Amino acid sequence: MEHNNTVTTMADYAAKGESPEILFWVGCAGSFDDRAKKITKAIVRILNHVGIKFAVLGTEETCSGDPAKRAGNEFLFQMQAMNAITVLNGYGIKKIVTGCPHCFNTLKNEYPSIGGNYEVIHHTQLIQQLIDSGKLTVKGGAFKGKLITFHDPCYLGRANDVYEAPREIIEKLEVELSEMKRSRAKGFCCGAGGAQMFKDAEKGNKEVNIERSEEALALKPDVIATGCPFCMTMMTDGVKHFNKEQQTKVMDVAELIAQANDL
Amino acid sequence: MGIQNIVFIILLAGAIVLFTRNVRKVIRNIRLGKDVDRNDRPSERWKIMTLVALGQRKMLSRPLPAILHIFVYVGFVLINIEVLEMLVDGVAGTHRFLSFLGPFYGYLIAFFEILAFLVTFGCLVFLLRRNLAHIKRFMSKDLDGWPRTDANLILCSEILLMTALFTMNAADQSLQNLSYGHYIKAGSFPVSSLLLPLFNGMSATTLVMIERICWWFHIIGILGFLNYLVISKHFHILLAFPNVFYSNLNPKGQFTNLESVTNEVKAMLDPSFTPAPVNPDHPMRFGAKDIVDLSWKQLLDAYTCTECGRCTSSCPANQTGKLLSPRKIMMDTRDRLTEYGNNIDENGSFKDDGKALLGDYITAEELWACTSCNACVQECPVNIDPLSIIMDMRRYLVMEQSAAPAGLNLMFTNVENNGAPWQFSPADRLNWAKEA
Repeated sequence: MEHNNTVTTMADYAAKGESPEILFWVGCAGSFDDRAKKITKAIVRILNHVGIKFAVLGTEETCSGDPAKRAGNEFLFQMQAMNAITVLNGYGIKKIVTGCPHCFNTLKNEYPSIGGNYEVIHHTQLIQQLIDSGKLTVKGGAFKGKLITFHDPCYLGRANDVYEAPREIIEKLEVELSEMKRSRAKGFCCGAGGAQMFKDAEKGNKEVNIERSEEALALKPDVIATGCPFCMTMMTDGVKHFNKEQQTKVMDVAELIAQANDL
Repeated sequence: MGIQNIVFIILLAGAIVLFTRNVRKVIRNIRLGKDVDRNDRPSERWKIMTLVALGQRKMLSRPLPAILHIFVYVGFVLINIEVLEMLVDGVAGTHRFLSFLGPFYGYLIAFFEILAFLVTFGCLVFLLRRNLAHIKRFMSKDLDGWPRTDANLILCSEILLMTALFTMNAADQSLQNLSYGHYIKAGSFPVSSLLLPLFNGMSATTLVMIERICWWFHIIGILGFLNYLVISKHFHILLAFPNVFYSNLNPKGQFTNLESVTNEVKAMLDPSFTPAPVNPDHPMRFGAKDIVDLSWKQLLDAYTCTECGRCTSSCPANQTGKLLSPRKIMMDTRDRLTEYGNNIDENGSFKDDGKALLGDYITAEELWACTSCNACVQECPVNIDPLSIIMDMRRYLVMEQSAAPAGLNLMFTNVENNGAPWQFSPADRLNWAKEA
């Protein structure tokens, strides 16, 4: 099946005098990181498959400011945020879906106090809505009967209480969803949040991602699913550390859906 | 009025005066914090207080300590009704004045005895768990020194108080059986009656002495304990309620917006924007260096913390051997706040002591180990937010001291220049769409 990666930018829509149903906020990882770009494309294929009229900002998108804010640089965060809000408000954006829980959290929770008010959802929530409304039918496909565990991204789970959307989607794949002991509200961080992604870890006796990957691998899953490009990097590195990349794949929930449905 | 009553009234008044004085100091110290509005959404606040503080909902995730804690908590609250009786007896010189309730008094005393037994049982298990079970959060170096002693003192005091109560009741019962003096038949004693054989053959005078000593020990113990609360981690039994009431009700991922920064950024982006004039007496500081830079809620958090360590035991940084411990962040904040308050008491107003929370108590290494995952906030049974303190101090390190780790400085530069945390050209942002 031909992959439908077609995207239209906001600028293109504006030039035609049209406005899309929803803006897909790709995020920096989703735009530049080779692994995360695959997640971006999976999301695009799902959106194209259901025929939602969506746009991306393309080169007008910038960092949401999340890493600057978590690192304590409120100046830089607010500069980024205000510039982004100018662009978003300029296009009259109402609804946004993000491919990253960090962008999701920042846009949803931290933009309103500086003038950016949008309905923001994470891509797992959108997929769940599409399934619930019957627009997207999901079958197990290649994943049928496989053992999958879900690693809760902190900024999706604890930060915003989204625990069920990704799980409900995974269960639609006719798989065995096996939970780690530390899951949902007790989920254990991958180690990348709070701008840790961009710095060396402090001295300790173990890397956080190794601790978490070890916990996930103990279930001997076929797939460790997640919903965050940073968790993706950390868990992939962790699985490699234990030389288990042949047995266990790390995949985004969007990729599971796209792949199972040959999108 | 006998000499006993006069002594009792003096002790009671003294205890109340001392307690009030120290509580006022704590309130003054909490008010050193910056203002933050936590009076919005009152119905949600009452609800969360009922569920989390009164109902102990967040304790349930660890069932064994939850059950034991319920014993001690319910016991402590309800046995205070009996303490009220003792207070009236002490002041008025009556003996078991509630005994006019007749058979109901019997049920009441029996009920209190069972509660007291559960309290004793709970405290004994807690004491053993804490000292012998090698539970990581109790073995931690966070608790070395006074905190560990504090915890054991609290448990031992409660056990002693309950033991005195049982002994008093048993002696009282023996005297009742002898129909001695004013020891009229009153109450029902399912637990302390088990101690009766110990008092066999004792003279009435000895029994009266034992009964009186235990009565005084119990009531002085309670008054002492009340005052000990204020200087101890055990203050949580009172502060848990306001602390949960004033919880952060926003999503945990939503970090505060710094208004001062918004004004500066607006002024930079929009030349026509005029920021409010800065008060020269209160120079603006970005982030937190010392306790006065924190909000009153963060300071209330610090006094409320009972050092259970659930935060630290769920912290990914701590669990992988890093220096950070959210519990230590709270303890440090409280210790510095106490020091700051004592400084005010000694000097009339705060006299610079060359120290600060950041640097002298909490190090940058601890702050930079945080992944901002909110596990500590989630775990806290009384809704303390260590993460907000960590973030406020990071802000100070970055915006006032430019002291971010090298990796983060590079990330800042990239975000500023490329609009992404990595060194990619903004022009390439949509390249993924052209790749197969």
